[in-house]
Amino acid sequence: MSVLVPTGMLGAGFPADTISRGITLGVDVIAVDGGSTDSGPYYLGASKPKTTRAAVLRDLREILTGAARADIAVIVGSCGTSGTDNGVEWLYDITRQVIEEEELTGRRVARIYSEQGKDLIKQRLHDGQIHPLAPAAEITEETVDGCAHIVGLMGHEPIAEALDGGANIVLAGRATDCAVIAAVPLMRGKPFGPTWHASKIAECGSLCTTGNGIGGVVVHIGEEGFVVEPVDTDLMCTPQTVAAHMLYENTDPHRLREPAGTLDTSRAEYSALDDRRVFVQGSQFEFQSPTVKLEGSGVVGAQTLSIVGLRDPDLLARIDEWIDSLEKYLHSRIPEVLGLAEEEYDIQMRPYGWNAVLGKSDPSGDPPREVGLVFCATAQDQETATAVAKLANPRLLHHPLPGADSLPSWSFMSSPAELERGALYSFMLNHVVEVSSPTELFPIKYTEEL
Amino acid sequence: MPNTLPLRQVATKIRSKNAGPFWITIDLFFSTDEAYATTVRSGAITRQLVADLYGVDHSHIKLFELPDIRAIKVSYPRVTSQGSIHDRDIHAAQQYIPLLDIAITQPDPEAPDL
Repeated sequence: MSVLVPTGMLGAGFPADTISRGITLGVDVIAVDGGSTDSGPYYLGASKPKTTRAAVLRDLREILTGAARADIAVIVGSCGTSGTDNGVEWLYDITRQVIEEEELTGRRVARIYSEQGKDLIKQRLHDGQIHPLAPAAEITEETVDGCAHIVGLMGHEPIAEALDGGANIVLAGRATDCAVIAAVPLMRGKPFGPTWHASKIAECGSLCTTGNGIGGVVVHIGEEGFVVEPVDTDLMCTPQTVAAHMLYENTDPHRLREPAGTLDTSRAEYSALDDRRVFVQGSQFEFQSPTVKLEGSGVVGAQTLSIVGLRDPDLLARIDEWIDSLEKYLHSRIPEVLGLAEEEYDIQMRPYGWNAVLGKSDPSGDPPREVGLVFCATAQDQETATAVAKLANPRLLHHPLPGADSLPSWSFMSSPAELERGALYSFMLNHVVEVSSPTELFPIKYTEEL
Repeated sequence: MPNTLPLRQVATKIRSKNAGPFWITIDLFFSTDEAYATTVRSGAITRQLVADLYGVDHSHIKLFELPDIRAIKVSYPRVTSQGSIHDRDIHAAQQYIPLLDIAITQPDPEAPDL
């Protein structure tokens, strides 16, 4: 049986004929990932999607109309980027719009919720069922209270339950990238090793091909192994490109934990069927007591930025010294004027063009020609963060090089100089919760035919 | 004086990325068995090197040598969790840069094959 993954991320787009070509390859289901933690803690903490509605609508219109014509199911995981209840409802609204506008019939939607209540998580914590993943520490009730939203990552089981319950469109909250792809093959009795391995290879769409852009892949899963092929006829899968995808965003190139157990690809063999398709066999799956990984994100403060342009060669030749002396000066001034203790504010200098990206890890080089210094002031609330930036402002404008005999001025990008970024979120959880059933944390809501 | 080349000239692709919000993983790909073997044999890519370059505890670093696909993989915990106040690179997308100029000792053409 075969699964079409049209793109690595719903809303990223895919070539116009992806769905029709995938369907002519005889796929049984279309699966697509709608989110990830990859863009940081904001999307979960604020419960807002990363993708714009128009882009998701475009992709979903193609997917849902193609699937309805072929009478196959559609599975979307990690709806609305973070998989919060909001994200699921957001995708449900877009789904309904497509169904109405395209006059699709016979579509039954299941919404699977993955957001977890704080009381439940605290209870599980109290019962000793929550365990840290390296390198995390044990958490307390306060950690749970500090999260604005908590989601659990579902495996294939709740998705399979929704399909068994009669749905042919499944909108899942936070799910593992592979779960949306693995659900239907596992329901149809395909072996766990090849199914999970195929799902990992296909999770980012054409990333496992020779291409460098967006596009889809199809995985054909059988009893002995699986075949992966790109949808786009210009693209190829080679044993190298397929095997290399096990490395992607994965700490261990051979092992991948899912709620039901661990995929082990250390004995997998990759062979070219022809110049576009690769056959993989030897993938194993080790069953373990089911656990569900938790993700939590909460507000840790607010931030205000100022951007200062530095172009003077004398300054740039001594940029580190200048930044250090500016920082020392500000730390002497902020507590005195604003009455803030050391732990109540944070200032950072990010010299873009010098070492903003790598900090101390940057192999130093010749002085840069120009630096955009991003000054970041962080505090408990926006007002305080902006007060810190305003207090820093005259010095950002005029801070002299140590030993200079006159007052210089530097460039500002904007007036006002202060750019308020709003709340700042941080990931709070890197933990798993033991479950007696892999479906227990994920309630399902079905609609009548739309 | 042994002949060396910077890693960027020996590997065909070097990339870094988040592996979840708390880990960074770096992949080095080589286009020939020889380039891969030379790099492994040079002993330049070690957990200690990664610890020194990125300021992480060397006991947490995972290093994998993958001859079948001519790749070396290194994973290490983030010093700052992804997107937290002091994170400089949300996707850890540019964290491979310090490795580009690591010197890889090249085989001596005069030496007998061992």
